[in-house]
Amino acid sequence: MLSDLVKQEIRSRVDRDHPEAVAVEALHIVRNHYGWISDEMLREVAGLLDVDPAELDGAATFYNHLYRKPVGRHVILVCDSVSCWIMGYESLVAHLTRRLGIGMGETTADGRFTLLPIQCLGSCHTAPALMIDADLHEELDEQKLDAILAQYP
Amino acid sequence: MERPLTRNFRPDGPFDVKEYEKAGGYEALRKVLTGMSPKQVCDEVRASNLRGRGGAGFPTGAKWAFMPPANGEDRPRYLIVDADEMEPGTFKDRLLMEGDPHQLIEGIVIGGFAVQADVAYIFLRWEYKLAEKRLRKAIAEAYDSHYLGRNILGTDFNLELYLHVSAGRYICGEGSALVNSMEGKRAIPVARPPQQTESGLWGRPTLMNNVETMCNVPHIVKNGAAWFQGLSVCEDGGTKIYGVSGKVKRPGAWELPMGTPLREILEQHAGGMRDGVKFRGVLPGGASTEFFGEEHLDVSMCFDSLAQVGSRLGTGSLIVLDDRTCPVGMLHNLETFFARESCGWCTPCREGLPWIANILKDIEEGRGQPGDLEILEAHTRMLWIGRTYCALAPGAMEPLKSALRYFRDDFERHIRDKRCPWR
Repeated sequence: MLSDLVKQEIRSRVDRDHPEAVAVEALHIVRNHYGWISDEMLREVAGLLDVDPAELDGAATFYNHLYRKPVGRHVILVCDSVSCWIMGYESLVAHLTRRLGIGMGETTADGRFTLLPIQCLGSCHTAPALMIDADLHEELDEQKLDAILAQYP
Repeated sequence: MERPLTRNFRPDGPFDVKEYEKAGGYEALRKVLTGMSPKQVCDEVRASNLRGRGGAGFPTGAKWAFMPPANGEDRPRYLIVDADEMEPGTFKDRLLMEGDPHQLIEGIVIGGFAVQADVAYIFLRWEYKLAEKRLRKAIAEAYDSHYLGRNILGTDFNLELYLHVSAGRYICGEGSALVNSMEGKRAIPVARPPQQTESGLWGRPTLMNNVETMCNVPHIVKNGAAWFQGLSVCEDGGTKIYGVSGKVKRPGAWELPMGTPLREILEQHAGGMRDGVKFRGVLPGGASTEFFGEEHLDVSMCFDSLAQVGSRLGTGSLIVLDDRTCPVGMLHNLETFFARESCGWCTPCREGLPWIANILKDIEEGRGQPGDLEILEAHTRMLWIGRTYCALAPGAMEPLKSALRYFRDDFERHIRDKRCPWR
């Protein structure tokens, strides 16, 4: 069940001429509140926007920041594009997967981290880079990364 | 040398509206709204020879002229700024939005006036959090100062500007896919015609321009087309923000005259290769451009001269390959990216790109077969322009096609020795 606050926030964004236009934004709002978008939440959003749930799911499953599965408390988005790859992406990921004991697309058993790949973060001159939640971290090496992970309990 | 686009950049954050005004900001907008007609603005931009900085290099003035004439009643008309920068190796728009957000806003209002738009959107990628924060603040300031909203600067021109934060996917940078995304749908491209200037967002006339393109507009209007032409050292007008990444001494971005030689960017500005590594090749304009080798280093980095030697200026973002990095591994990385980012709408792209990525993985991991390179070459023809809805797959073929030529021996050696010599 979406909370009244979330429903109110979605309704406030709806453009009367084009209610469907707010689809991506509404799903963002849900994701920001609950971390992910369950089938039930998706159906509720579809109801609020008066759109077909299947079509809304078409959008929800298309965009990589709209999570349709639960994620950990913190999401690590590792840039795997070419400049980061040249500058040490592979050893960075090997270190991360060893340290966290999970592969790409997985969540640690304690629910602390989810590890996901991401397109070029525009940090090519400060590669390798990754984001944790909404924070960008650049010019990484293994030691620096360990210190950064400690900031996300 | 003048650097109009980056002259306001400060290490401690961007100018607020007052500081921007003090540095001459919004004077161009004032000049436009108090003494120029929309047609005069369009003509000035056309005469400046500004070409789109998003990658395709289409003449901006000509694109503006495609917008049907405004009759005052047939509304709304839209202007969308593509800030969905995601071409691997590219970070210029991020720097422009973080470094001087009011410059972009001023460009948008002038462009909006030129094509008589009612509503403008900045389509920003989710990951650009600092740009988002700075743009939100600058947009609020611009509204407070009557540079946006109703009766801008006391005239009868109105323009609303919204920041739309996207939810990801490289394909959103494709114009028609971007419009689908803004309409709340999956971001899949649509075959043209009609052009978006005829039928874009909600079927309405829509102009779409890149961030760097729009940032040039206030300077052209303020200083004139001839001045803008004089900034460059080639036919195209203006400066260009060139970026360099890879194992060079000083990776970074610099605003330089359009047409600056590739060698000067790599050696003087990026400081040349790091100690212990040698140059092997470079993608001159982002991931979806053709490799250049040593013999091309003296080429002038502008749209026409790069096309003449078989590549593209693209986003002007150089990605350098060195001799300690495996070219097959690099291609595998690039094609895996394109395969993942295919929207799946048309068959050659959806099916062809994963096939290519799998073959490259096999070659890189020592499972290459005789005939693999011929299969890859066949794909570079079957996924080429005219066989797909949009430019994603043809763009993905540019580095592959050229790599099969430049690094042929490396590919063959992987297959023959059944291993990667770099691992």
